[in-house]
Amino acid sequence: MAGIPHDHYEPKSSGEKWLHKRLPIVGLLYDTLMIPTPKNLNWMWIWGIVLTFTLALQIITGITLVMHYTPDADMAFASVEHIMRDVNGGWALRYMHQNGASLFFVAVYAHIFRGLYYGSYKAPREVTWIIGILIYLLMMGTAFMGYVLPWGQMSFWGATVITGLFGAIPFIGETLQTWLLGGPAVGNYTLTRFFSLHYLFPFVIAGLVIVHIWAFHSTGNNNPTGVEVRRGSKAEAEKDTVPFWPYYVIKDLFALAIILAVFFAIVGFMPNYLGHPDNYIEANPLATPAHIVPEWYFLPFYAILRAFTSEVWVVQIASFVTGGIIDAKFFGVLAMFGAIAVMALAPWLDTSSVRSGRYRPQFKWWFALLIVDFFALMWLGAMPAEEPYSSLSLIASAYWFAYFLVILPLLGVIEKPLKRPDTIEADFEAHASATGGTKTEPNVAPAE
Amino acid sequence: MSNAEDHTGTRRDFLYYATAGAGAVAAGAAVWPLINQMNPSADVRALSTIRVDVGGVNEGSQITVQWLGKPVFIRNRGQAEIEEARSVDVSELVDPIARNENLQGEQPATDENRALDEEGRWLVMMGVCTHLGCVPLGNGAGDYNGWFCPCHGSHYDTAGRIRRGPAPTNLPVPLAEFVDETTILLG
Repeated sequence: MAGIPHDHYEPKSSGEKWLHKRLPIVGLLYDTLMIPTPKNLNWMWIWGIVLTFTLALQIITGITLVMHYTPDADMAFASVEHIMRDVNGGWALRYMHQNGASLFFVAVYAHIFRGLYYGSYKAPREVTWIIGILIYLLMMGTAFMGYVLPWGQMSFWGATVITGLFGAIPFIGETLQTWLLGGPAVGNYTLTRFFSLHYLFPFVIAGLVIVHIWAFHSTGNNNPTGVEVRRGSKAEAEKDTVPFWPYYVIKDLFALAIILAVFFAIVGFMPNYLGHPDNYIEANPLATPAHIVPEWYFLPFYAILRAFTSEVWVVQIASFVTGGIIDAKFFGVLAMFGAIAVMALAPWLDTSSVRSGRYRPQFKWWFALLIVDFFALMWLGAMPAEEPYSSLSLIASAYWFAYFLVILPLLGVIEKPLKRPDTIEADFEAHASATGGTKTEPNVAPAE
Repeated sequence: MSNAEDHTGTRRDFLYYATAGAGAVAAGAAVWPLINQMNPSADVRALSTIRVDVGGVNEGSQITVQWLGKPVFIRNRGQAEIEEARSVDVSELVDPIARNENLQGEQPATDENRALDEEGRWLVMMGVCTHLGCVPLGNGAGDYNGWFCPCHGSHYDTAGRIRRGPAPTNLPVPLAEFVDETTILLG
């Protein structure tokens, strides 16, 4: 791959040479695994491996679950109970798959916010970022459709509410919603198509993951300083990097082991902690559960969806300007998708020339507030739609947009960044001497 | 081999455009059935009218029936409910349109324009919140003694009109009529 100079695969034995001439697949794997990786990566750089592992976990447990599941409105609920009670180890497969979705979103949110703090989205990594957002959107679609498959009350009513979002689109909404559902309301015809797509999407995600990795292997990884790897020569690059194998593989596997210990504790001892009891009641089209709540990973965006009611002045202005085409319902939908869209646009909204938040004294605080805001929205999304939660949701939603649309563009102009280290090596040495680690070179005097 | 200097159409240009055109048409023709198969199937479209026996629905109570996969509320309203609904001025309403499929054009959302009979005893409407499609709770629920949607807090009055909350419109009244004393035909 292009980018940082490093050793490439050389076939040695005659067998290797024979294969390499015909299909250089070993060379591709070798170059991918031996990619020079900045040697100062911290623990926030483990999430990529966790995500890759989780995707594999979901695909494998998913394929086994399909061997026992029946995608039919009359039988789906019972077939899930059949998996839980009768299938050998079925309960473990299902609980792993169900909680695997939560692990997936824990990891993806950590991964996204890592990127937002260390400026991983900035040039030249915009394409990596955009593909990442696409993966995230597909994950949301997959998780949503997967949640419908057990055909419980939350499955059914969650599907009704979420497909209702498309019905809010002016002019084509109703036709589009009917097309998505396959009928006038959620029914068997909806379940079967969701099943089909739920099976398809993870493979699309896997394809995009390869493109995602390809993209950042072309540009090189970002790192906590945001300073680029020197790439004048191989010797110079090697001062800033270590090969991914074995250094980062071992580190990442260690982190994965710890995360999986927690994961399997949840799967084993509290598998329904993150779920809703209502979903163990079979779907009933004539009765809505008293309190419909999406899964925790959708709550922040659900809170944004609900925040914009017809009493809010921006909604009234939008309605007035468009002659009523944009009503409160459609505005909420636009806001929810907009909240993800502004995140996708971060590479172009952030005007600062400094990548890493570590050297941006004001940015740090706004970013910390964004994290608080994210958790606040998550909490508000689970609350009933009444005061004071409605007003708080509105404030929290406003900050989400303000961060991307106002703060990021302005900070680049008004903020005075701190001095950054000249090289990754310098940062690494300073860190190593501060923590008493071994130095690779005798006494390089710290800068300044 | 280059045609760059040759501005008149060549056999090669013709074949290029004809191939691209045929490819585009074929792709479109292949995609449309793939999209259209997701639209409602014939058996789903066929279930468009049902008859409901309301003989057992006493004053002040309601039943919910399933029609087109959706709940329909059929309520036999008490005198107090009718009076409460009729005392509201249309100008106070969030949505001033009747939303009654039995009427021609857009009529004002008076209680008379929404009830099934002249007297106003019978109210028939879709039990689907116009916000995001939940089933509102009935029997005097909410701040307006009508229906209340538990999902996002929309309050409907005793005529099923939206009064407060995120829902944009009144609960729609479907095509309905009494075919005899105690039977309502939906659709």
